Amino acid sequence: MPKIIENVGCPYCGCACDDVRVTISDDGKKILDVENACAIGYEIFKRTSYEDRIILPRLRQPDGSMKNISYEEAINWTAHHLIQAKKPLMYGFGSTNSEAHAAAARVMDLAGGMLDNCATICHGPSFLAIFDNGYPSCTLGEVKNRADVIVYWGSNPIHAHPRHMSRYSTFPAGFFTGRGHYERTVIVIDPRHTDTANTADFHLKVKQGHDYELFNAFRMCIQGHEKDLPDEVAGIKGQTIYVIAEIMKKARFGTVFFGMGLTHTDGRNHNVDIAISLIRDLNTYAKWAIMAMRGHYNIAGSGVVWSWMFGFPYCLDLTKHQYAHMNPGETSSIDMAVRDEVDMFINIGTDAAAHFPIDAVKHLKKHPWVTIDPHITMATEISDLHIPTCICGVDVGGIVYRMDNVPIQFRKVIEPPEGIMDDETLLLKIAERMEELKKEGEER
Amino acid sequence: MKELLIKNGSIFDPITGINGDIADICIKEGKIVDKVSSHAHIIDASKKIVMAGGVDIHTHISGPKVNTGRLMRPEDKLFRGTYLGNNVRQGKWMEMGSSVPSTWKTGYSYARMGYTFANEAAMPPLFAAHVHEEFKFTPIIDQTAMPVFGNNWFCFEYLKNKEIENNAAYVAWLLQSTYGFGIKCVNPGGTEAWAWGKNCVDIHDTVPFFDITPAEIITGLIETNEYLGLPHSLHLHGNNFGNPGNYEHTIKTLDLASGYRARNSFGREQVLHNTHLQFFAYKGDSWGTIASGAREVMNYVNTHQNITVDLGAVTLDETTTMTADGPFEHHLHLLNHRKWANSDVEMETGTGVVPYQYNKDTAVNGVQWAIGLEIALFAKDLMRVHITTDHPNAGPFTRYPRIIMWLMSQKARDTTLESMKQSERVVRASHIASLDRELNLYEIAMMTRAGPAKALGLSGLYGSLHKGVYGNVAIYDLDPESLPADPNQIETAFSRAVYTIKEGVIVVKDGTITAEPDRHTIWTNVSMPENKQVMRDISEKFSTGYTVNLENYKICNEHVHNPRAIEVREIKPN
Repeated sequence: MPKIIENVGCPYCGCACDDVRVTISDDGKKILDVENACAIGYEIFKRTSYEDRIILPRLRQPDGSMKNISYEEAINWTAHHLIQAKKPLMYGFGSTNSEAHAAAARVMDLAGGMLDNCATICHGPSFLAIFDNGYPSCTLGEVKNRADVIVYWGSNPIHAHPRHMSRYSTFPAGFFTGRGHYERTVIVIDPRHTDTANTADFHLKVKQGHDYELFNAFRMCIQGHEKDLPDEVAGIKGQTIYVIAEIMKKARFGTVFFGMGLTHTDGRNHNVDIAISLIRDLNTYAKWAIMAMRGHYNIAGSGVVWSWMFGFPYCLDLTKHQYAHMNPGETSSIDMAVRDEVDMFINIGTDAAAHFPIDAVKHLKKHPWVTIDPHITMATEISDLHIPTCICGVDVGGIVYRMDNVPIQFRKVIEPPEGIMDDETLLLKIAERMEELKKEGEER
Repeated sequence: MKELLIKNGSIFDPITGINGDIADICIKEGKIVDKVSSHAHIIDASKKIVMAGGVDIHTHISGPKVNTGRLMRPEDKLFRGTYLGNNVRQGKWMEMGSSVPSTWKTGYSYARMGYTFANEAAMPPLFAAHVHEEFKFTPIIDQTAMPVFGNNWFCFEYLKNKEIENNAAYVAWLLQSTYGFGIKCVNPGGTEAWAWGKNCVDIHDTVPFFDITPAEIITGLIETNEYLGLPHSLHLHGNNFGNPGNYEHTIKTLDLASGYRARNSFGREQVLHNTHLQFFAYKGDSWGTIASGAREVMNYVNTHQNITVDLGAVTLDETTTMTADGPFEHHLHLLNHRKWANSDVEMETGTGVVPYQYNKDTAVNGVQWAIGLEIALFAKDLMRVHITTDHPNAGPFTRYPRIIMWLMSQKARDTTLESMKQSERVVRASHIASLDRELNLYEIAMMTRAGPAKALGLSGLYGSLHKGVYGNVAIYDLDPESLPADPNQIETAFSRAVYTIKEGVIVVKDGTITAEPDRHTIWTNVSMPENKQVMRDISEKFSTGYTVNLENYKICNEHVHNPRAIEVREIKPN
């Protein structure tokens, strides 16, 4: 008899939906059906049951082919190269559990290396703004229960966070928002006419790269200087800016959800910085919160875990052994790779080969490259060693942190293919092996 | 397991009334025993003081808001003064941060000061898994976490309808679901109001939409606590926090406890623990006229046996304030214009974080410093008054040794006072200059281990040296027969324990970490008959208000680090 498992967490986006229903086969090895998840989440679950899943580590041979090796050999290879490397980098972590984030910290502390996560190419600028200006935010349930004004700025949830609008922001009926979207004003600020913009009450087509000016104009209105507004700012009519500012000011509870449209356009961290300042201004008149639309389901997690371990969320330099150091630009993955400073690369829980600029990838490729990933990705195909692992949220559980930093306990749905390791176990074994090698006197 | 014999130390153990007597302490299998065999490892403690491992009743060291403080303050990692340890690596892990230290540094720092137990005083239930993850990575010390209930929608409804039994069933369920220890209440009603940008500054204000007042929440939670007979009492951070002129309101708040008596089997006598009293003892009507209300507030505390308090003493440092009192943090950032983090938590609570500099040359901060110490110096019964800094709000916990120095030495207080640019204003607005009381070591032991352990209902396990408690011991390099003339040496002695022993294992020797034995999560398991109505209410609220499913909200055992349950059996109603 197939078995139904309820309350399953979805390992796709930062929504980390925990209401997925999965039907599994009698032997607990196959996923037969997935309900409640979005189209992408559905695929992630279904894909685990593919017949061609990689179950053994693969080491590149001198002739360029890949040869299956045992986990023990893979662990030894990785530990050995980590000890030999002067400045190894471990990067990724958006798609694994927090237990693995902690284990990775152990490995890179022992290796004296660099530790970085996907924020470095994603919400890193948001962190820089938070360092300068704070983060007035809330949990997603507050938005659901209270929010009457929603702003999506430089974010497109319909595509990037498919259930965000229905579960948390635009549509759900909450305690003080019993009529759901009928009670909410939705404002989209985006240079593109996105599908999210189609659902909005107001779409402000900001001139690309001019977000900072538009924030400034809003702040002028909130602070009572609307008469000094020019006729047009960042491609938006002054009158429109005033109207929207008044909606914001009169909100009962408003939330700004921002995405890559702010962090990866001209202005970067300054855009987020002034967005936070706008929220600070607004809180004199109404209740407002701001939230970064974090990408992967547990990208928030590695920032959370490393903050309690070292005090920094990303771009960690652990080479000094006595203390950690963080200085994006100096210790950020792309910058180090482009300068060819890194002499070993471990890619885990994301695909660096697909996401990094080609110059960075070319430099990284000159040195030992290990990819730890359940699937075949661009990174696995160019790496020297590919170690497959369990898929978090499918064949291993663990804690993940949703985009609002709420911890969600993900559960194991099916048995992993026999012999396959999860990320945490693998990393701890690498750490153990490094300790052994160090004891045996193998130093660089 | 190894046996340990601590010989010839001067013992200070207020729970058993031992005041400086020379005696031996024996530890076997992690617990204090009467005697050990001749194979025991011997520690010579002659001319040194021996106390139970320190117990911190109120600190913020684990969980979402602490971590937000760590995350948003990279600059906090740059302060490496000697008082913060100055040691970058003694244990297995590097030590980072100062006012909001990393989990590793937190555990190591407590151990170096001779502390072995800390109570994380505010856990948002929705974030319980995060708190427990941090416990797993905090070395050496045992910990408890107190879920916050003062703005919880379930409690609002039950208490509005005076349904104490239902509220108790809900509290018992939540303690089990989150591995929580007791009932914490922060700015009752005010944090819920803050979700609309408002506040409740008086206990008789009405909470928007919920038709209940903070006073009803506080008394309701006291009744709930005593209905259940929990080890600890209601742990309250009241309304009107940190505002000049709030001392009268504080007395009004404390008076809500009058008429209630403790009902429990853990030796606890109070029904209300008012935390960080310093922030609630202000006279004046503005920051320009702020003055000490410590005498008046302590007059009330001294004459009411059913209340305990902790200091929340200001240490005159750069720090990171963080509290579930969301509206207060918003107010503070409007005062100092520094960065502000906030997180309102659905159905439950909220939180805010703002960096703050307590400057000894600013009159307001000087007066706050004086008030924190005056609370202790006006106290009649120091078992009911505990040393805290509301870490990190009034200063980092690593400053406890300095507070001890100030309390033990008028000379030390005068030196600090004289160094203040505005010392005359501070003297005018406080009593500190006229107080010549100097606390003794026995009283310090009351304030740092015996009193907190008793108030937490844990004096049978922690904070004492009697037979059967866990073998947690601190040995400090002070000879009670000849205390140093230089008060700084008192601070040094309490900063660097000669030995800290955790359940029989030497974890600190000469102020340096030597071992990292496993530690425990203490929680309260209440046996209560199933309450169908409450279970129905819970599943109804989870299907509507929460964004996390009920089954994922309850913490799985595997995510709790070495749980050690305090069992509470039902006590028959009076």
